[in-house]
Amino acid sequence: MMLEQWIDVFLLGFLAVISITVLRIRDVFTAVMLFGIYSLTSASLFMVLDAADVAFTEAAVGAGISTILMLATLSLTGRKEKSLVKRKVAILPLLVVTVTGATLVYGIRDLPPFGAADNPVHVHVAPRYIHQSAEEIDVPNLVTGVLASYRGFDTLGEVVVIFTAGVGVLLLIGRRRRREKNTNE
Amino acid sequence: MSDHLILRIVGKFLIPYIMLFALYVQFHGDFGPGGGFQAGVIFASAFVIHTLLFGLESTLRIAPPAVLKVIAASGVLLYAGVGVVSLFAGGNFLDYDYLAADPIAGQHIGIMLVEFGVGLTVTSVMMLLFFTFAGRGEPA
Amino acid sequence: MSGLGVWNYVIIIFLMMIGLYMVMSCSSLVKKLIGLNVFQTSVFFLYISFGYVDGGAGPLLIEGVTLYSNPLPHVLILTAIVVGVATTAVGLALSIRIKESFGTIEEDDLHKMDSSI
Repeated sequence: MMLEQWIDVFLLGFLAVISITVLRIRDVFTAVMLFGIYSLTSASLFMVLDAADVAFTEAAVGAGISTILMLATLSLTGRKEKSLVKRKVAILPLLVVTVTGATLVYGIRDLPPFGAADNPVHVHVAPRYIHQSAEEIDVPNLVTGVLASYRGFDTLGEVVVIFTAGVGVLLLIGRRRRREKNTNE
Repeated sequence: MSDHLILRIVGKFLIPYIMLFALYVQFHGDFGPGGGFQAGVIFASAFVIHTLLFGLESTLRIAPPAVLKVIAASGVLLYAGVGVVSLFAGGNFLDYDYLAADPIAGQHIGIMLVEFGVGLTVTSVMMLLFFTFAGRGEPA
Repeated sequence: MSGLGVWNYVIIIFLMMIGLYMVMSCSSLVKKLIGLNVFQTSVFFLYISFGYVDGGAGPLLIEGVTLYSNPLPHVLILTAIVVGVATTAVGLALSIRIKESFGTIEEDDLHKMDSSI
């Protein structure tokens, strides 16, 4: 129990360090590689928080498909980012981000205790899914039962979203690029 | 990649096992972590490895994009089709209780078919995305 | 709230803000998309943290266990991850087309070219 908490603390700190590095680095190739490591670390963090399906999906999708698509884009668009020419740090975004962050941190006081079993989120619909899923669906994996049966409409919408993304990408860059630059496709 | 002999041999050895693991994750999604999305992405990654090792041309011969487009559409069609069949059988849209004589068996059949549809669509769309991105840089 | 809980939420908010700052201030379009992904991942952590039950098992029905983690946030985040990768793919395809049309994907150059047309 104590070990799990220390692993949690360490992984969260590691994520914060990686994200700062991804922000500051100018070489986009390195940033994409670090983002792959970020995805894998967040998959481990999901495992520590008892979310096995989510960890599986994040590792496969974030560290796999997302990274390879970004690398393919980088091979076509170049790997260096131009630095901000006006000043080293953008003032207005930094101000907005600080104010928003401070407000959200102040809002932590209103949150229920972390991990308590009687939090409001656990007492409305979730007990019905957990306790009656055995008689109604008889599938041991609760997440699959909720995803495919209790909330089947959302999953249908999600499949259509993936299909639409495929159609969109095919429309945008599906054809082979022609050699002459002045032809419109 | 013709002079990276170790990569080619290990890759050739691993690709069938990756596909088999993807099928395991797909059909054991009821009993352990898994399901359609994870299986689809893992299956697509086997083809990504094949492309990295043996080139885009040979992979496109194995999995032509025309077939992938048909598979993507049929995954969505399978999912919606299960819903329509349960409409005709007397229940609501996507109500799996009416797919078989016993409600529990109906739920099992419905969940398995629906996850298979999801897996089909995710596999083919991820492969199409990768082939499209990888094939863009080459002149027509 | 315990120290671990406070540290958890503070890091989540920090990651959210880093992602937001990357979207607003980085000049390369690909880095903006990376920032968007960082933001999305921090929101996933927030939801999974809400669903975490101390001392509960993962959402897999086992004989003799009565306390489980909440399966509902897991389902929502599963959908959100896949929708996130779909959005990223379309965004990257758009950046490739922008690069081919304008020759650059840096935000300042694009603004200059756009306003000079």
